[in-house]
Amino acid sequence: MFDTTTWLMLGEGLIDTLYMTLFSTAMAYLLGLPMGLLLVITEKDSILPLPAFNTALSVIINLMRSIPFLIFLVWVMPITRAIVGTTIGSTATVVPLVLAAAPFIARMVESSIKEVDPGVIEAAQSMGATRAQIVWKVLLPEAMPSLIVGATISVTTILGYSAMAGFVGGGGLGDIAIRFGYYRYDDEIMLITVIILVLVVQILQEIGMRIANTSDRRKN
Amino acid sequence: MEAQPIISIQHLSKTFYTKTSEVHALQDINLDILPGQIYGIIGMSGAGKSTLVRCMNFLEKPTGGTVLFDGVDLGAMNAQALNEARRSMGMIFQQFNLLMQRTALQNICFPLEIAGVKKEAAVARAKELLEIVDLADKANAYPSQLSGGQKQRIAIARALATSPKVLLCDEATSALDPKTTRSILTLLRDINRRLGITVIIITHEMSVIEEICTHVAIIADSKIAESGTVQDIFTHPQTAAAQRLVFHRAGNVEQSVGNNALRIVFNGNASSEPVIAGMVLEFKSPVNIMYADTRDIDGKAFGQMVLQMPEDAAIAEKMKYYLTTHGLTVEEVQYNV
Ligand SMILES: Nc1ncnc2c1ncn2[C@@H]1O[C@H](COP(=O)(O)OP(=O)(O)OP(=O)(O)O)[C@@H](O)[C@H]1O
Ligand SMILES: [Mg+2]
Repeated sequence: MFDTTTWLMLGEGLIDTLYMTLFSTAMAYLLGLPMGLLLVITEKDSILPLPAFNTALSVIINLMRSIPFLIFLVWVMPITRAIVGTTIGSTATVVPLVLAAAPFIARMVESSIKEVDPGVIEAAQSMGATRAQIVWKVLLPEAMPSLIVGATISVTTILGYSAMAGFVGGGGLGDIAIRFGYYRYDDEIMLITVIILVLVVQILQEIGMRIANTSDRRKN
Repeated sequence: MEAQPIISIQHLSKTFYTKTSEVHALQDINLDILPGQIYGIIGMSGAGKSTLVRCMNFLEKPTGGTVLFDGVDLGAMNAQALNEARRSMGMIFQQFNLLMQRTALQNICFPLEIAGVKKEAAVARAKELLEIVDLADKANAYPSQLSGGQKQRIAIARALATSPKVLLCDEATSALDPKTTRSILTLLRDINRRLGITVIIITHEMSVIEEICTHVAIIADSKIAESGTVQDIFTHPQTAAAQRLVFHRAGNVEQSVGNNALRIVFNGNASSEPVIAGMVLEFKSPVNIMYADTRDIDGKAFGQMVLQMPEDAAIAEKMKYYLTTHGLTVEEVQYNV
């Protein structure tokens, strides 16, 4: 069907896509996890009540989430250039991906942490646990299965975004689909990239859900 | 010399401020709990029981008054000192509140981890506690694999891990069936006797108080209506709130009770049936048992009964005398409940 060069290109595209997706997810969690955690613990009745901060953080996250990703891509180009030195290629795509995914992840983390039974937090407090101990030994471990489900959803969403970044020269399978499939009307390449993306999403989803299920001690 | 209270509550008040209103959950509460007591706090739903017990370890910060733990004012402590003090006060809950992602053993290790105890020492202590609560075989089970009673036992073991002086129990048996309730109460009494831990029990069930408490405070409408030994309160409830609780299972009796009804309290001094039967035989006059809630333990009766006495005042008076001489506490029923 395709020659070796095309296969090699597709292989490289796949690696680029995986790199962008996984690296961006990791970086986005570095930002989003603390933000989500703060959203929960700074609430009025939680362990670090800071209502004004909580409202401000929530508004900022909503603002960031309401900007369409394509506009985001263009907007953050100056920041990308400052950080990476270029606005083209996989690494350059990581910057807008992280900035777009972090607030989304913050909300996912928020909802996972909120699932932790307040009674358990109260029990920990009654034993003299500090706030840090409650975060590290209660909130995160108790929310872990749900956090993993959230991470699975996040990683597949970021994969979709990374493909979109192909429109502005972002690299990876999305880039190939745009350049060959869309601009050159090469339906076969278009189809194969889509198939590869679907498979990757399936596999990531499956792995994530398996880890979440086997780690959840509420089921047996 | 009078022992120093382990928990002393003075003029405690707690007001919740919501957007639209103020809720005075506790008003001018005074309570001294001495070491070794099993102190029950009973009241209707919304009376303020949970708020009171949460004020004892400052999970809830009082809006007025003081709480002294072992002579030290909790309100004057900084966060670190308060956390230290909390390690001397175990707490268990209606919903058990175990960590769902940890095994029974790891749950018991949790308070020790927090206190900075080394892993091996913590595991050794946790195993010891599993023996005390009789669940050594469940060390590696997760809470989702345990029954309600077993979960509460693990929660008790966890609360005891740091060798507290006091165990606070907020409706610890309210989610359990009667048989399991009894076994948990027996465990609490054992812990009180063997380890000398003061136990504070919050409940809305008089049967829990009767079963194990030495002392009781009745809380109604955010205030302590009455407090004292269980014996005293049970036999001579003074206030309407206390009478309502002591009597509450006779809920629908009051409409049907006429003027000359008697309440008889059994305190284990006689078996219930022979006394009543004997009285009926002796006076050849029937009485109507309006309400009875007695239990025979080792041939001795505990509980209460409400009798509709005969119209004939002379016979009624003699019967009353008969009951009194048989060691029962007898009261005219005149509850305006
Ligand atoms: N965080 C809160 N904010 C506002 N009001 C509260 C709060 N906590 C408790 N209250 C109110 O304080 C009163 C006492 O509540 P509390 O939970 O102490 O009652 P309780 O005696 O434990 O009742 P129950 O038997 O139903 O558990 C209730 O009127 C309740 O609505
Ligand atoms: Mg309550």
